[in-house]
Amino acid sequence: MALTPKDYDQMTKKASPNTKSWRNIPLAFLIGGLICTLGQGMMEFLAAQGLQKDEAAAWTSVALVFLSALLTGLKVYDNIAKFGGAGTLVPITGFANAVVSPAIEFKSEGLVLGLGAKMFIIAGPVIVYGVTAAIIYGLILFLTGAH
Amino acid sequence: MAKRLGHTLILENTPSVLSFGAVGSKKESEGPLAGYFDQLCPDSTMGEQTWEKAECRLQKDAINIALNKAGLSPGELQYIFAGDLLNQCTSSTYGLRDLGVPFVGLYGACSTMAESLALASLFVEGGFGERTAAITSSHFCSAERQFRFPLEYGGQRTPTSQWTVTGSGAAIVGQKSVPPYVRGVTIGTIKDMGITDANNMGAAMAPAAAETLKQFFRDTNMAPDRFQLIATGDLGKVGSALLLELMEREGWKLEGRHADCGLLIYDAEKQQVEAGGSGCGCSAAVLCSYILPAIRRGELKDVLFMATGALMSTTAVQQGESIPGIAHLVWLSNTER
Amino acid sequence: MEMLLPYLKAFAVGGAFCALGQVFIDYTKLTPARILVAYVVAGVVLGGLGVYQPVIDFAGAGATVPLTGFGALLAKGTREAVLEKGLLGVLSGGFTASAAGIAAAVFFGLIAALLFRSGDKS
Repeated sequence: MALTPKDYDQMTKKASPNTKSWRNIPLAFLIGGLICTLGQGMMEFLAAQGLQKDEAAAWTSVALVFLSALLTGLKVYDNIAKFGGAGTLVPITGFANAVVSPAIEFKSEGLVLGLGAKMFIIAGPVIVYGVTAAIIYGLILFLTGAH
Repeated sequence: MAKRLGHTLILENTPSVLSFGAVGSKKESEGPLAGYFDQLCPDSTMGEQTWEKAECRLQKDAINIALNKAGLSPGELQYIFAGDLLNQCTSSTYGLRDLGVPFVGLYGACSTMAESLALASLFVEGGFGERTAAITSSHFCSAERQFRFPLEYGGQRTPTSQWTVTGSGAAIVGQKSVPPYVRGVTIGTIKDMGITDANNMGAAMAPAAAETLKQFFRDTNMAPDRFQLIATGDLGKVGSALLLELMEREGWKLEGRHADCGLLIYDAEKQQVEAGGSGCGCSAAVLCSYILPAIRRGELKDVLFMATGALMSTTAVQQGESIPGIAHLVWLSNTER
Repeated sequence: MEMLLPYLKAFAVGGAFCALGQVFIDYTKLTPARILVAYVVAGVVLGGLGVYQPVIDFAGAGATVPLTGFGALLAKGTREAVLEKGLLGVLSGGFTASAAGIAAAVFFGLIAALLFRSGDKS
């Protein structure tokens, strides 16, 4: 009896080990939570210096992006991500890592076509769809006269 | 002249694998086969500026080691059959461009070592050359940046994913003189069972491996028990289990004879390589460091070396295509008859 | 204890966003890049519906640091710009609000790339 792709898919599912979610999910919670706690610390510190809430939040993002860029360059961020999974992906540090890592990697193909052009191969879609969603939202606001 | 039986060619002049060289890097030096390698460079940049150049260096070193062991100069080779995983066979063409040997560049993904060894042997069998060489390589870093993500990108590996071996293996084939002898070759057919998960290459390749192996046994009327070792290239844990199951369905038992190069080269648990090693440097390095010398010493008598390849195009996979697999087989023996 | 509460909230809510992301990675076919896109778009939608601001008020950085916060910021910037500039604000609002984060990533990315090389993994 010939094996159909469907049968084989079943066989493959049985033979393939599952991801260790019992470990991954708590780790993502822990590491992601810690990054946010660090952000909270920065925000409170900046607010204590008299910054507006929005400004403090913006500076916190900048600081976290800087930290992520540094740790990415020092080859530390990917090692945290090995354990952190989504905990290092979802925070803004993950966005920064997605921008910085291809910039470092593709520098060998030149400063313009390598570093410059490939910087957004992973994070680009975030901006494309984020901004598009914001424009659609803005259009709805504008057209419905909600403003 | 070789005799054709189905998809299998039985070689009558039984060319010899005259010499072999295997090189690896740090991760390979921490694996169970470390002691068998000719060279293990702890720095995977190999002192070069880019990962592609590092992989070129692996090929250069492997072929030079093999030539030195045989006491040959490049000019004494009539043809070289080489391949790797990178676009346009970067590592082979750039790595071997200074040799001045007629060059055949091959792409068979991770199956390339069996493909190149098969062609190198057939050229000697047919009398088209006195000596030929087969060489392939892969490099973890150059493969990651081409097929997956930048090295510093923070991602998690799935349990079915495999670790690309940083290494190369070169074999020089010549007229019948010493073991190992190349007794037969089966060129595989492309087999696609609809696997689309690029992180489960073992599953994509196992059906092709089963197909080629069954073909060889049918063509030659031989059975698995004739062989002490049936070595697949890089099926890893998942693909190996699937191969055994696929063979079992049709009554072929491989237990105790089958080993996978991707599981031999690393200690999968300890070295955190998930389902095992992969890449065309994987089967090449294991063949040239461990298998060929064992056949020469007589510790292994008859071996089927079957490198497996996932003929994946990142473009096609992004377009929703599945991953075709292929496996080529070379029958290596300690005796010429 | 009172002083620690904001940190605890940030930890719990931020951690929950990440744990949810891990559930998507482990149990769906969503790739990490798609999850990032989904989080940002979800942030824009939730921000636009006015649902996200209460989460920010409650959890602080626990809601602004995850990429949903980035999306909510895009929505907030757009809303303010539309109020101020009308149709032009539809286009300019999102980028204006997120400019600091994106520019920082670009600039620090460039600097990091100039200073560092990629290294082998172990």
